[in-house]
Amino acid sequence: MSVARFWRKQQNRYNLIGTRCTTCGKYFYPPRGFCPDCRREGKIVDHQFKGTGKVVTYSIIRSSSGNFKLLTPYVLAIIELDEGTRLTSHLVCDIDQVYIGMPVRRVFRKLGEDGSSGAIFYGTKFVPA
Amino acid sequence: MVGIISYGAYIPRYRIKVEEIARVWGANGTEISRGLGVFEKALPDMDEDTITISVEAARAAMARRVINPADIGAVYVGSESHPYAVKPTAVTVGEAIGATPVMTAADYEFACKAGTAAIQTSMGLVKSGMVTYSVAVGADVAQGEPGDALEYTAAAGGAAMIIGNDDPIAEINHTCSFTTDTPDFWRRENKPYPRHGGRFTGEPAYFKHVIGASKMMLEKMGTKPSDYTYAVFHQPNGKFPVQAASMLGFTMEQIKPGLAVTYLGNTYSGASMVGLSAVLDIAKPGDRIFMTSYGSGSGSDSFDITVTDVINSDLFNRDAAPSVSALLADKKIVDYAVYAKHKGKVVMME
Ligand SMILES: [Zn+2]
Ligand SMILES: [Zn+2]
Repeated sequence: MSVARFWRKQQNRYNLIGTRCTTCGKYFYPPRGFCPDCRREGKIVDHQFKGTGKVVTYSIIRSSSGNFKLLTPYVLAIIELDEGTRLTSHLVCDIDQVYIGMPVRRVFRKLGEDGSSGAIFYGTKFVPA
Repeated sequence: MVGIISYGAYIPRYRIKVEEIARVWGANGTEISRGLGVFEKALPDMDEDTITISVEAARAAMARRVINPADIGAVYVGSESHPYAVKPTAVTVGEAIGATPVMTAADYEFACKAGTAAIQTSMGLVKSGMVTYSVAVGADVAQGEPGDALEYTAAAGGAAMIIGNDDPIAEINHTCSFTTDTPDFWRRENKPYPRHGGRFTGEPAYFKHVIGASKMMLEKMGTKPSDYTYAVFHQPNGKFPVQAASMLGFTMEQIKPGLAVTYLGNTYSGASMVGLSAVLDIAKPGDRIFMTSYGSGSGSDSFDITVTDVINSDLFNRDAAPSVSALLADKKIVDYAVYAKHKGKVVMME
């Protein structure tokens, strides 16, 4: 990933900043600048998610490459935030611990790095709450 | 009066037993554990480093109190394991607690006392009126060369203190330091592991500075050890702080609550601040805390602290973040092979 591309999304990744449509109340993460329901009537504002939610579904990754090679086996989960939007995230826990409906909370972790001399990327992952 | 507005600690979940490290090197683990007064040490997860530990500690401090991030005018992070040689850890912490962009920031290095140096800088900025709040973090993912004595204790963890003037949970009555040029421990630029002066680390280094700063403090304040409820000393192992305490006249009861090293290891820049956090976890209004850090090279910072009513008031919610004992209890023991993988000692093709 390019340093500039990551940096533009840094606030979203660090602090779970997404958006909300004040017209219909829907939340978006990753942020959207346009509400698909309200269309032109939609008024979009920034929203910082609380960072708590639950596991909707998950899969266990046993073989991976690059930055994720050393992390295997790990849990990749679809998480529904309490505000009602869903995102895919690495869930940091023992692989036999995860279950559908498990409450989770955000943590700050290293997402990857561009080799041993490149930039290090940080952001949000989840752990059991 | 200047003091601690809030505090937070963070310890990664993984632990390795000192005995397990000894097993790999064919040493007597029981003897080493007893000699060091350390039984387990914390190690980081694969995706944790000094930056993530600092952020978690700072967020724990933010969770315990309503603080407008825009009122944070400074962030200082003390560590000897900053992930970047050039690019501050403190800016990521500032960004992750929403304090950027109207703030100043810098990283500190002074072996194990870089965190308390950050507290002192924060006190100066607050007292002079330059900032409303300043965040001081001490955190490390300590490095010890495989097979070296340091490997038994070098651990991961950290703590953050938010320093300010209004309604502190604990007032900092005074701070003073004792500093000399002493070559007891060092790490050269571009070298992965530190080196140390062996036996030289005791008398002329740790004890001279810890005792020096502590005596200065007692003299300046006109106090004696029995005037304090708790005392926290830098804890590179479980033995040095106990010896220093008894040399000064502090009792085991006074230092035990802040002695986290036994099942945590030496978190370097985090060590005395995690110890202070453990004391703040249980402190009552009116309790007086004595703290002296130590950083190789060498120096000690001493603090005289009095806990206020605010710690039990509506302004502060201690339970909003985990206590040090809760962090220590939530653990997963790993063997040396997993430890090596976590510490990046398994070399992969790039
Ligand atoms: Zn809408
Ligand atoms: Zn040290």
